[in-house]
Amino acid sequence: MTPTQSTLAAVETTVMTYAEAIREALALAMAADPTVFLMGEDVGTYGGAFGVTGELMHTVGADRIRDTTISELGIVGLGVGAAMTGMRPIVEIQFSDFTAQAMDQIANQAAKIHFMLGGAVNVPMVIRAPGGSGTGAAAQHSQSLEAWFVHVPGLKVVMPASADDAKGLLLAAIDDPNPVMFLEHKLLYKTTGEVSVGSTRIPLGVAAVRREGTDLTIIATGIEVSRSLEAAEELAKIGISAMVVDPRTLKPLDTDTILRTVKATGRVLLVQEAVRTLGFMSEISAIIAESDAFTHLRAPIKRLAGLDIPIPYAPKLERAAVPQVEDIVRAATDLVREW
Amino acid sequence: MKQIAVDPELSVSVLRTMWKIRRFEEAVEDLYGRGLMHGTMHLSIGQEAVPTAACLALNIDDYITSTHRGHGHCIAKGADMERMMAELLAKETGYCRGRGGSMHIADTATGNLGANGIVAGGIPIAAGAALSAKMRGTKQVAVSFHGDGAMGEGAWHEGVVLAAMWQLPVVFLCENNMYGMSMPADKAFNLEKLSDRAKGYGIPGVTVDGNDIQAVYEATQEAVDRARDGGGPTFIEAKTYRWRGHSKSDKNLYRTREEIEEWRLRDPIPKFEDIVRAAGTLTDEDLEAIRTNVRTELRTAVQRANAAPDATADDLLSAVYAR
Repeated sequence: MTPTQSTLAAVETTVMTYAEAIREALALAMAADPTVFLMGEDVGTYGGAFGVTGELMHTVGADRIRDTTISELGIVGLGVGAAMTGMRPIVEIQFSDFTAQAMDQIANQAAKIHFMLGGAVNVPMVIRAPGGSGTGAAAQHSQSLEAWFVHVPGLKVVMPASADDAKGLLLAAIDDPNPVMFLEHKLLYKTTGEVSVGSTRIPLGVAAVRREGTDLTIIATGIEVSRSLEAAEELAKIGISAMVVDPRTLKPLDTDTILRTVKATGRVLLVQEAVRTLGFMSEISAIIAESDAFTHLRAPIKRLAGLDIPIPYAPKLERAAVPQVEDIVRAATDLVREW
Repeated sequence: MKQIAVDPELSVSVLRTMWKIRRFEEAVEDLYGRGLMHGTMHLSIGQEAVPTAACLALNIDDYITSTHRGHGHCIAKGADMERMMAELLAKETGYCRGRGGSMHIADTATGNLGANGIVAGGIPIAAGAALSAKMRGTKQVAVSFHGDGAMGEGAWHEGVVLAAMWQLPVVFLCENNMYGMSMPADKAFNLEKLSDRAKGYGIPGVTVDGNDIQAVYEATQEAVDRARDGGGPTFIEAKTYRWRGHSKSDKNLYRTREEIEEWRLRDPIPKFEDIVRAAGTLTDEDLEAIRTNVRTELRTAVQRANAAPDATADDLLSAVYAR
């Protein structure tokens, strides 16, 4: 049983959307700690480009849900300065693509300050940013950039794939004394799920086994988790039993659960929305190949990823750019039937 | 407004700080030249008056952000020369335990949030510290020291925009030392004075002689008072000059020897010594005692730093994340 399953069994839950779960985590964190505040573009009166902050400003005040100018580098930089001096800022970057504008403050400042200054200062901040394709917003509003951040020591990287994870992981991220990239997915905002009532934290660095299975292990992140679960249902109909694992946090990474579940089935399909080359699944693939799980493999490690292209606009093209349910079903079937 | 040169205590403090910066950097240059120091360094010799006078307007718990040319800011805000020297000598007892070096010294005990290898990196960070102070209601002020070169970076613009919008208690203090590495400031920016830019951001701006202790102090004190009283940010341009090259690799191809000589004649330290001597505030003996004391302190700092254990690689992996 995974920690999430056991948690859900123990506590009361309620159904809400992924966006509402994030908003509730924000409200709970702000109620519990006066140093927590959020700033970003159009997060106040507008309620956030994706409605995540909603009417929160009216409850907690414009001092703690702060509308900023369109200045991503500045917003993150102010977050760094505030985090170094006793506050726990949360920065909302409207689209994760815009982190490119803020990259110096993320990669050269927030990530490095604790180490570079010999441990004298902490930078406890969360940078929330929605990523992913599927909205017809094209190449500058649809990327999955998690690998950029995992490649910078000093950042933690979280990718919640369900409403409950969004809430529990965000509460843990706000508690964390380090800068945390909290990468949400636009297509998940309106999806609903059972969410723990209260302030239950989900610790960073613990993967979730979303479905048990015996024929192969599908390890997926972000939107590909729900697609993999849907694919697993299809696979069950044709007699293939797929286990589905969501790492949930890419850094720190729960290597133990990954290796254990790979060993259990002997076949592994790695699914990510991000472009294939040097994506996060390349790292998971290498971790498996370098470990004793390698000797348990009955088939080569298989990666399913976005094409190495910018996300295109036209619906058919956009769909073709990233793994869909049928792609996962096909790849899993091939893996099990051929090996 | 305090008249520094007629106050014996303040005058001693100012001269001690300027001599500490000068002697510290001369020692660094010497150690480097003799192959006893590693990496690179950016010296602020000739610019000592700016941080010295600016920090007179600050309390110990006020914040500063500094730059790659940051030894002067550190010392002026109250850092310990021995721990600074230990850092540059790659010792475990250094401010950053050998992980940062000259470009990343911070001293949180004196409100120094750190030097920065990115020229405008500290601008939004200082604004963020000011936002934090404002939200916590502490009346602290942040001063962002930066060079003229930083004014070409986007972080400068975005940090100032947000600070102006929220009227944050922050002072953007540009040490215009005339060159961003080799790019002359008067060529880079199509402005008569860099402070002309402030109007475009809706904040007060002023240009002062950066080698004049009283002028820098007064401009900073006025800006700090305004910030503390809720009057928002100020931009100050303090015009000064970097005597040495940008870093160790500089061949000075972009300026003339005559220009450097001309600025050496405007050395802020003897200039201030002359003022206090003429005012009768300090005697020649007093001035000599300051120099001697600083020389002794610096020598001790170097000796102790040298004797400290080297930085260790043992726990590097566990040093990346705070717990």
